Amino acid sequence: MSGAKALGWRLLPQIVALVAILLLIWLSFPGFFTVEMQNGRLYGSLIDVMNRGAPVALLAVGMTLVIATRGIDLSVGAVMAICGAVAASSSVRGDPLVVTLAMSLGIGLLCGLWNGVLVAFLNIQPIVATLVLMVAGRGIAQLITEGAILTFNDPGLIFIGSGSVFGLPMPVVLWLVFGIAVALIVRRTALGLMIEATGVNRRAAMLSGIQAPAFLMSAYMLSGLCAALAGLVVTADIRGADANNAGLWLELDAILAVVVGGNSLLGGRFSIIASLIGAMIIQSVNTGILLSGFPPEFNLIIKAAIIVLILLIQSPRMSHLAAFAKPAGPAAPAVGMQKDKTIERTAP
Amino acid sequence: MASSAVLTATGIVKTFPGARALDGVDFELRRGEVHALLGENGAGKSTLIKCLTGAYRRDGGRVELDGVPIDPRDPLDAQKLGIGTVYQEVNLLPNLSVAENLFLGRQPRRFGLVAPGEMNRRARALLAGYDMDIDVSAPLASYSVAVQQVIAIARAVDLSGKVLILDEPTASLDAQEVRMLFRIVRDLQAKGLGIVFITHFFEQVYAISDRITVLRNGRLVGTRETAQLPRKDLVTMMLGHELHATEKAADTHVENAGPVRYAFHGLGKTGKIKPFDLEIRQGEVVGMAGLLGSGRTETAELLFGVETADSGTCEREGERLSLASPRAAIARGFGFCPEDRKVDGIIGDLSVRENIALALQARRGWMRPLSRKEQDALADRYIKALDIRTTDREKPIRLLSGGNQQKAILARWLATNPEFLILDEPTRGIDVGAHAEIIRLIESLCAQGMSLLVISSELDELVAYSHRVIVLRDREHVAELVGGDVTTENIVEAIAGQDRRRAS
Repeated sequence: MSGAKALGWRLLPQIVALVAILLLIWLSFPGFFTVEMQNGRLYGSLIDVMNRGAPVALLAVGMTLVIATRGIDLSVGAVMAICGAVAASSSVRGDPLVVTLAMSLGIGLLCGLWNGVLVAFLNIQPIVATLVLMVAGRGIAQLITEGAILTFNDPGLIFIGSGSVFGLPMPVVLWLVFGIAVALIVRRTALGLMIEATGVNRRAAMLSGIQAPAFLMSAYMLSGLCAALAGLVVTADIRGADANNAGLWLELDAILAVVVGGNSLLGGRFSIIASLIGAMIIQSVNTGILLSGFPPEFNLIIKAAIIVLILLIQSPRMSHLAAFAKPAGPAAPAVGMQKDKTIERTAP
Repeated sequence: MASSAVLTATGIVKTFPGARALDGVDFELRRGEVHALLGENGAGKSTLIKCLTGAYRRDGGRVELDGVPIDPRDPLDAQKLGIGTVYQEVNLLPNLSVAENLFLGRQPRRFGLVAPGEMNRRARALLAGYDMDIDVSAPLASYSVAVQQVIAIARAVDLSGKVLILDEPTASLDAQEVRMLFRIVRDLQAKGLGIVFITHFFEQVYAISDRITVLRNGRLVGTRETAQLPRKDLVTMMLGHELHATEKAADTHVENAGPVRYAFHGLGKTGKIKPFDLEIRQGEVVGMAGLLGSGRTETAELLFGVETADSGTCEREGERLSLASPRAAIARGFGFCPEDRKVDGIIGDLSVRENIALALQARRGWMRPLSRKEQDALADRYIKALDIRTTDREKPIRLLSGGNQQKAILARWLATNPEFLILDEPTRGIDVGAHAEIIRLIESLCAQGMSLLVISSELDELVAYSHRVIVLRDREHVAELVGGDVTTENIVEAIAGQDRRRAS
């Protein structure tokens, strides 16, 4: 009872932001909410947002857990390229679909294992540890594709990018099912609690008997798996593996989705559902700018402005101001304000 | 008399969502006095200080400095007006030099550049006023907490100069360092500063303060001359009721403990602690005494598997144990409340409920989660049993006071139903009421057959509940006092080096 209510409050800012953006787009593009059924498949701008947002949504699932451990995974874009290249080359070789998928997902897990070992056992700072694979990953992908764009025409693999299930595009089904499944697993077991505890205070968690390294590893491996899935979606969509451009800069969008989802980069409390909504907010902004016919050179700047606005609304200081504005409401605790004050002792 | 007041606060009110933290509190600080501010955790001491220093904006009341109404916007503003504060955790920059810390933001300049020579000279001159002759160009972190504390005081006094607020400055100092600090406080007092002193140590209150103000539940209980306030009355003022005697009669030290449950032989780690033997019986409290850095915490960390021993064996009722990690120790029924609650104990952002359920959940493994209902029941049971004061179990634990955090961490271990509990300074930095409760808890756990190892700097306390006391010095177990020999005097002698008997 209280759990569902708490989740509702937690997701409120993200839902409000998403609805506001969708309404804004609708104002400048009235056909935005039209969804049509053609040949047993749904078509429309809204479906398009969900479909185009699939790679970032998938990445955001793993990134949320990594960030909850007070880490970050910069390598996911490069891992997408590697896994896409692996899938394409396997398909070109004529391997059965199962083998192709298993290899691609396995390589994703392996990449996560590498990051996890660097972070959990060698205690390398996550931003540096994953930077290694971010840089090396594209090189590895290029080696696999031998510098060319590997195209394939295995209908099974292509289905992942452009097929549809129950009228929804396959990528949408993938991120919805996978995201909700991970969210359920994490919350129905104690995995979420263990990851949060590790993220907030690794030493105290260790002293309470939590195997912090194991949970760190699992977070990075999940992130690798998510990157593999996203890589498959992107590769299947264009029916070819592009080692140079697949997943390029998507690690940043994934981090942004997690942050827009209201998760702290300092680790601890997290919500996968909120990150998924965050991913949809980002994609809505992208699609919305295109649809509303702004000159394309404005796109990135408008996107940045909208995101700054969303982050501003979520910031502790704003909720503090909001609490002042209406003193009757449940005010935010005053602790957040104190944090930065202690350092400001440097004036004359 | 009234004209000698440097700082006067009348009718201070501060309200937080759901709680009135200060309710019409009056406070007066005279020039050249040391004024102790006392109260249990949650009584409103910190809130009052924060209202005076501008860290919080007060919701009502008046503050006058030298008869002029003031309303500091933030601590910086208060500092400019003349109110300086030094906190328990020294608020300076450990990687900068002593001189840089003293003159940060106001470094002497030449041609627009910092003049290090001039700055170091001035820093030396400033510290000379405190009888401190140290290398001011060395990084702050290379000095002890006590020296850092003095440097923080020097900076605060130099910047402010009318009122100095010391918030638990002695919490992490040893007896000699406390004496040094007190000498400095008396010097500043003689110079006419008004000094507010917050502490949990009664000895220190009586040693240094002229007057005492006691707060309880956000209200003023009263202000008294220290010399005319017997300790018992002070305790009554703070608690509102008579404190139950925490000291046990000496004759209860009978050997009523059960058979040996744990035996550690030759356990040691190079550079941490010399190999030692230790036996712990069922239903026995073993006290551990020694100065800071004598190897007390290191012993506890070896026993709990935080550090891996490079020699020695552990046995439980004759069966060999491997204590390679806390996890392995917990599986064998161990529990450990670490000394530094904030760093090693609490998971600040998680709720009281999650903090209590954590160790039990970790032992069960992530695949077998405690249901929300079980967690709620567990948390409610211990919140009630240990009287953990929190508005509800979903409150982040970092918002609780120190004593209540400590009780929640105890609850975390009690929930795992341990056979052997190691408590490292369980009563440090917590208020008198919680203090007595934790001591009662130690005694009742022991009576239920649990084995406990309690490390404490408070010797009276150790004497009160320990069947045996192990004394450590220079990273070595040097003495063991049993039964009637467990007295404060004997412990002090053993720590000082006149050990009458070596550990058997």
